[in-house]
Amino acid sequence: MVNIGKSVVIKGELSGSEDLTIEGHVEGRIDLKDNVLTIGPNGKIKAEVFAKSVVVLGEVTGNVTASEKVDIRDNGSVDGDIASPRVAIAEGAHFRGSVDMQRAGQKAQQQPQQQQKPANAPPSGQPQPQNPQPNQPQQHGQRVGA
Amino acid sequence: MLGPRRDSDAGAAADTSVTNVAEASYPTKALHKFLASLQSNTGPLLLDLGPVVGSNVTFFGEQLGCRLRVEDLAKDIDRHVKDNTLDQLPAFFTKRFKEAPGTVDGILCWDLLDYLDRPAAQALATALSSLLRPDGCLLGFFSTADQRESIYTKYVVVDESTLRYRTYPASRPRQRSLLNGDIIKLFKDLRVTDSFLMKSKVREMLFRKPPAR
Repeated sequence: MVNIGKSVVIKGELSGSEDLTIEGHVEGRIDLKDNVLTIGPNGKIKAEVFAKSVVVLGEVTGNVTASEKVDIRDNGSVDGDIASPRVAIAEGAHFRGSVDMQRAGQKAQQQPQQQQKPANAPPSGQPQPQNPQPNQPQQHGQRVGA
Repeated sequence: MLGPRRDSDAGAAADTSVTNVAEASYPTKALHKFLASLQSNTGPLLLDLGPVVGSNVTFFGEQLGCRLRVEDLAKDIDRHVKDNTLDQLPAFFTKRFKEAPGTVDGILCWDLLDYLDRPAAQALATALSSLLRPDGCLLGFFSTADQRESIYTKYVVVDESTLRYRTYPASRPRQRSLLNGDIIKLFKDLRVTDSFLMKSKVREMLFRKPPAR
């Protein structure tokens, strides 16, 4: 288990093959496809995240993809799209974005359709460039719970 | 049999320590029909217009293996009330959603329309009807009682036949109760497939977009 401390700032690509806890700041891309990534309460991530499982107690801005589970704990915050077969969002957590919990078989069925998209096509749920919406409404994050 | 279930019965503790916050469990008849209508789709796209409820995300994800987008329209209403721009809500709703027309499989509208004036309700209903793909399904709740208290209800799915109604403060009360005919007119591009008048004083309605000719 590796720990990135509070005072550490990383800009660029972070990859590895062991579980990682981040309490510092990371900007760029995090790739831990076979391991668990934990964003600690002090962690601030501005990155595309790929991991086996992701536990969020701090702040993440960017899309999160996990092959097993994404777990946003109380006071954790995710501002981006989540793709994972299992997603847990605690009461008091903050989440803004979409959740894609398609099963592996479904993904495989949909891939031929996705391959027909141009390389620069926007992600699902994003505005189509050929149909711009100049006055896109302001989006607000949502805190989960009573 | 269909009355509210006390939280102690449901094995959950109610938080009644905050003003306007209360919860009780009620049966639902429309939810399982809504789920059934989507279960034949592969990776359906679901739009939830209520606040983010973590357990709902898990429930719908596990039941449907869906893509879920949560768009809390109550926050939009609150913002327009606060800014005194309610007259701009109809125009706002026409541009509110990112999804392309005809791409959404299911919409959880809950009871949002009860909080809107007629022009805004019509604009939202038209926008939602447009988003649905042919055969897509919309679940709407409509209060049958005049309630002047400024509270929203968060609908927490307990299972496919039970919802926990959890209230929280709103910036405005429900507007005049919509009659059945008014609701059908709002969703004139959709077909009402089921309508249940519940003892919780809520009319649960399921709409479906007719298949493309």
